[in-house]
Amino acid sequence: MIAGLIQLLTGVQGRWQGCEPNSRQRIYFANHQSNLDAPVIWASLPPLLRAKTRPVAAKDYWEKGRLRQWLANDVFRVVLIERSGITVHNNPLTRTDEALDAGSSLILFPEGTRQQAEDSGMNLFKPGLWHLARKHPEVELIPVWLENLNRILPKGEFIPLPLLASVTFGAPLRLEAGENKPAFIARAQAAVAALEASGEVS
Amino acid sequence: MPRETQWIAAILLGLLTIATLIGAWMARRARPGNASVANLNQRTRSWWWMVALFIAAASLGRATSALLFCAVSFLAPREMLTLSPTRRGDHRTLAWVFFVITPVQYALVYRDWYGLFSIFVPVWAFLFIAIRCALGQDTRRYHERVAKIQWALMTCVYFISHAPALLDLRIAGFEGRNLNLLLFLTIVVQLSDILQYVWGKLIGRHPVVPRLSPKKTWEGLIGGAGSAALVGMALWWMTPFSPLAALLLSLAIVAAGFFGGLAMSAVKRDAGVKDWSHLIPGHGGMLDRIDPCASPRRCSST
Repeated sequence: MIAGLIQLLTGVQGRWQGCEPNSRQRIYFANHQSNLDAPVIWASLPPLLRAKTRPVAAKDYWEKGRLRQWLANDVFRVVLIERSGITVHNNPLTRTDEALDAGSSLILFPEGTRQQAEDSGMNLFKPGLWHLARKHPEVELIPVWLENLNRILPKGEFIPLPLLASVTFGAPLRLEAGENKPAFIARAQAAVAALEASGEVS
Repeated sequence: MPRETQWIAAILLGLLTIATLIGAWMARRARPGNASVANLNQRTRSWWWMVALFIAAASLGRATSALLFCAVSFLAPREMLTLSPTRRGDHRTLAWVFFVITPVQYALVYRDWYGLFSIFVPVWAFLFIAIRCALGQDTRRYHERVAKIQWALMTCVYFISHAPALLDLRIAGFEGRNLNLLLFLTIVVQLSDILQYVWGKLIGRHPVVPRLSPKKTWEGLIGGAGSAALVGMALWWMTPFSPLAALLLSLAIVAAGFFGGLAMSAVKRDAGVKDWSHLIPGHGGMLDRIDPCASPRRCSST
């Protein structure tokens, strides 16, 4: 029902441009625009895939307040990771590894908060994706482009507007043999940015 | 439901059945993958849904028809505003447009408060939007952004809201049959749109406004508008008008529809798109279906 509400609000339909929706284990990685990002990707998946796909998000944000906790734990089953004070015991990669080992697919937003990438509106990706790709070579990496969510619910606003959003799924990416971290991360970021042109709402 | 309305509903369903049969026949004869036949059939299927929804809502009474058009007025501006780049500072203004101004306009229509609903959007909401955007303190392209929001409200909410308002028009000797007026207007507008397309496809040569809309031709316009107006005249028995008055009114409706459609084409072209969205299979967006209706609504209800 929540997925239906999100679809009604944003008119979102997944556009499967580089791949088909299927039940293979996947990591969807996308540009980050608003708090609705993960819910919108999640809602644009077919119900069967939705049930086994979990967003990865910041623990400090989703653990504030009853409503957020309920949404994070019971609705989206968010994989909560730490953003600060990272030690050996609460390494964010441990959580995501566990979720992948349990057979879930993940929704991930690899953008950092500091450095802007040169040619797109995105910030530079952080290297977590590379670590996951190396540890779980069987998992497909799907680039995803989100459009218009920054207008539907910009940061700091709490009333979402019923404008139209779009979610474009690109072709799966694989870690090439011997590909190093910066090269792979740059390629992943370029794959997301390349979907922008085709991701226009109309 | 008035007797005439039942007749019209029966005729429409009959026409749709014929269109569906012809479409099925063409699909069997055409080579597989013929895009225009597929599009035609998709359009016909969408028409079934739209006619069914319209008849159901209209026959259930004033409240449901107000609700149906309110839903249209919710879906249409989202298409328009999605394509008009507004800025971060407009977020709250847009929230007002969607969640306060639109419902209030329809509440006024439902309460039949003509004195207020006829000026609520063009005067009060018009000023409110300019002020609310100014309070957002973002002056970049301020004038343009304000105008875009005001336009979306006028075309998608204000004009469309006059359709259910037809149900409240008091005409001596026509009590209880106002639903016919709404149907008459809708049929003439939509038919004119379809017939202009058909005539244009068949014999269209000379574009009316080549740079704006190369597919709208004089032949299509005259043939389509003429035949739609004749159908309007033939439907005089469902209206309070004489056949001649029905013809003249149909011509006015068709002309308003054509020019309204042109203005909306210009907006689309400015935004660099062909259809407003992909909501209705084969037709494009909600606005693609209703943009020729927006301006006749206001004319015919005054």
